[in-house]
Amino acid sequence: MLSVAIASLLAVATLVLVTGLGWRIARYTATPVPLAIPTMPAPLTRAGAAARVGREVVLFESLFGADKLLWLAAMLFHVGLLLVLLRHLRYVFPTPPLLIVFVQPFGKLGALAMMAGALLLLARRLVLPPVRFISRPSDVAMLLLLLAIGATGLAMTYFVHTDIIGLKQFLAGLPLLELRPLPDDPMLALHLGLAAALLIVLPFSKLLHIPGVFFSPTRNQADDSRDRRRVAPWARKLDEARHG
Amino acid sequence: MADFAVPVLADDFELASPPALAPDAMAHCQPFRAQPAHNRALGFPGELVPDWEARAVARLGELLERSRALRVYLDSCVKCGACADKCHFFIGTGDPKNMPVARQDLLRSVYRRHFTTAGKLLGGWVGARDLDEALLQDWYTYFHQCSQCRRCSVFCPFGIDTAEISMAAREIMDSIGLGQKYCNEIIGKVHTVGNNLGLPGPALANTLEGLEEDVLDDTGIAVKFPLDVAGADVLLVTPSADFFAEPHVDGLIGYAKVFHQAGVSWTLSSYASEAANFAMFIGSYEQMHKIAMRIRKAAIDLGVKRIIFGECGHAWRVAYAFLNTLAGPWDFLDPRYPVPQHILEFTNGLIESGGIRLDKDANAGMCVTFHDSCNVARASRMGDRPGGQFAIPRAVIQAAVPRFVDMHPDTINARTFCCGGGGGLLTDDLIELRVKGAKPRMEALKQVVTDHGVTHMAAICAICKTQFAKVLPYYGFEMDMVVSLHQLVGRAIRLGDGA
Repeated sequence: MLSVAIASLLAVATLVLVTGLGWRIARYTATPVPLAIPTMPAPLTRAGAAARVGREVVLFESLFGADKLLWLAAMLFHVGLLLVLLRHLRYVFPTPPLLIVFVQPFGKLGALAMMAGALLLLARRLVLPPVRFISRPSDVAMLLLLLAIGATGLAMTYFVHTDIIGLKQFLAGLPLLELRPLPDDPMLALHLGLAAALLIVLPFSKLLHIPGVFFSPTRNQADDSRDRRRVAPWARKLDEARHG
Repeated sequence: MADFAVPVLADDFELASPPALAPDAMAHCQPFRAQPAHNRALGFPGELVPDWEARAVARLGELLERSRALRVYLDSCVKCGACADKCHFFIGTGDPKNMPVARQDLLRSVYRRHFTTAGKLLGGWVGARDLDEALLQDWYTYFHQCSQCRRCSVFCPFGIDTAEISMAAREIMDSIGLGQKYCNEIIGKVHTVGNNLGLPGPALANTLEGLEEDVLDDTGIAVKFPLDVAGADVLLVTPSADFFAEPHVDGLIGYAKVFHQAGVSWTLSSYASEAANFAMFIGSYEQMHKIAMRIRKAAIDLGVKRIIFGECGHAWRVAYAFLNTLAGPWDFLDPRYPVPQHILEFTNGLIESGGIRLDKDANAGMCVTFHDSCNVARASRMGDRPGGQFAIPRAVIQAAVPRFVDMHPDTINARTFCCGGGGGLLTDDLIELRVKGAKPRMEALKQVVTDHGVTHMAAICAICKTQFAKVLPYYGFEMDMVVSLHQLVGRAIRLGDGA
């Protein structure tokens, strides 16, 4: 029964994530950028602009200039989360690639870093008056959700070990639309349920900053406006009227 | 002097404490609303329309289709607060709605409510709100407490630019008949007369003749201020404040002397007698386009080969970043020169090539610092490499004066603070906001005055110059401490054959 519930939940979550995110990204792509608005100084070439976006994604370059403690918390959380996700790949590969084997111990460290980062972010949100002022219940709820996912995962890593072989078999069956039993472990069910909730929430929440950073014109535009015109489709009529 | 408390300046910029939150401290401060005639002249409803809420939401929907930046920025904010203490208006007022993220949220809440699933289902839990009268009031107040200076966008991890949001909000307000008097009245004047000041052609010609006489008396050299001269090489487009305001006009005299000494023929246009394009402030692409087209027409009618812009911040943003899109292509101009050029690119090139020579002794006793204008620093460039907008003005100042000192690194270059009067806020009905918003700049200035004996601050924007001339005295400085950059050049340049 639980297997059915979790399997369906994961299927729904994947569907919602893929269609929801795909739809948002399609909207972003379809919407024109009518004018050049890179935050200057900006790279002169598109390759340079792509590198700038890369630095924002990997190094959080702008945030580093804004607030070192916040940067540290964000780095701890995001790098930790990345390591944790990489570590999780061993649950979906029958025989994990070498890289995934290599990353396993770092994944455990990553989990701790991710929790520390999320706790720092939560503390800031609850304590600093400016951040309190701009926080809504969903901002706190999002951090609590991430902390709960991390806590249930850590509990299984360190205290109440779950049946990994059984879990791998369950997961391996999903893409084949084959229902294999999920190990009977409430902690595992909770962990998977919360993770599914996160995937469902993602396309409808501020987690849209994940695709957003790639689509941000102030970061991804090159500084080439004296050489290149960029008339948006909706502005063409205006543009043509004067040439005519 | 003022019926509000002028902020107290810290001695050291780094020791200035972040403001304590003072909720609604600036809720009373808002600009005059536009008269129905001013709104209608721009094609907006004269007065607030009865079904304003529905029409505002509909207009927001249209803008979301038109601008990826708006859509992405309304979605992406994680409320991290990195921007919070970066805004001069928050630093100067402590009003939490002047934190960039909180300002954005005034619009984002309506976006959440009407355009997102989460907002429709969960309302206030995810920060969604209906656009009611109280919120519209906050829109009018706080979107007119943003100078669209983009400093927040430097620090945002996603590059969210509050200027894009406040421009959209102002455009929505215009579309429901809630315009701002200062901007809309001025835009109307540009359409009818050709410049922000409403200075008609004959008056302009008269003013320029007067300047020619002044310079002749002063130097013995017949420096021309040509107007509507067909066939000139250069069309100079400059903010109309340059025609008479202080210290702006001294900058215009500087440009004229540079052209004279370089032997380059140039002309002003009575039709395009304005570099400023206030339509950017109200977020209207159509109005911005209409104003930009005056420059194209003037360039064609006069048959010039190049277009050069005078000292003006947002005008240079529109010129550098938007003009090619709005009014290009410029294939009828001389392809050897970028279109448009900044007067500082022109002057700097002449200094480097030896085409003009400056004599620093003419500015003896001056110790000068430089205020980077927000729109030049963060929305444009000069020269052929990134950051030229910082290097070129400094190089020209250093060639013209004996001593130059920069202000605190967190207050210059890309991190410069707005003067406090940009973005369509340079009006006396907002004087409290303007004085308070100048606080971080005044703090950094005070530090170099105390530590290095700085005597003058050079600016390259008509708004900055007017704003500083007005607010410097509130902080105990002389109003003529602010100078035009080309004022320094104009004093230092060697005129005549002996140069």
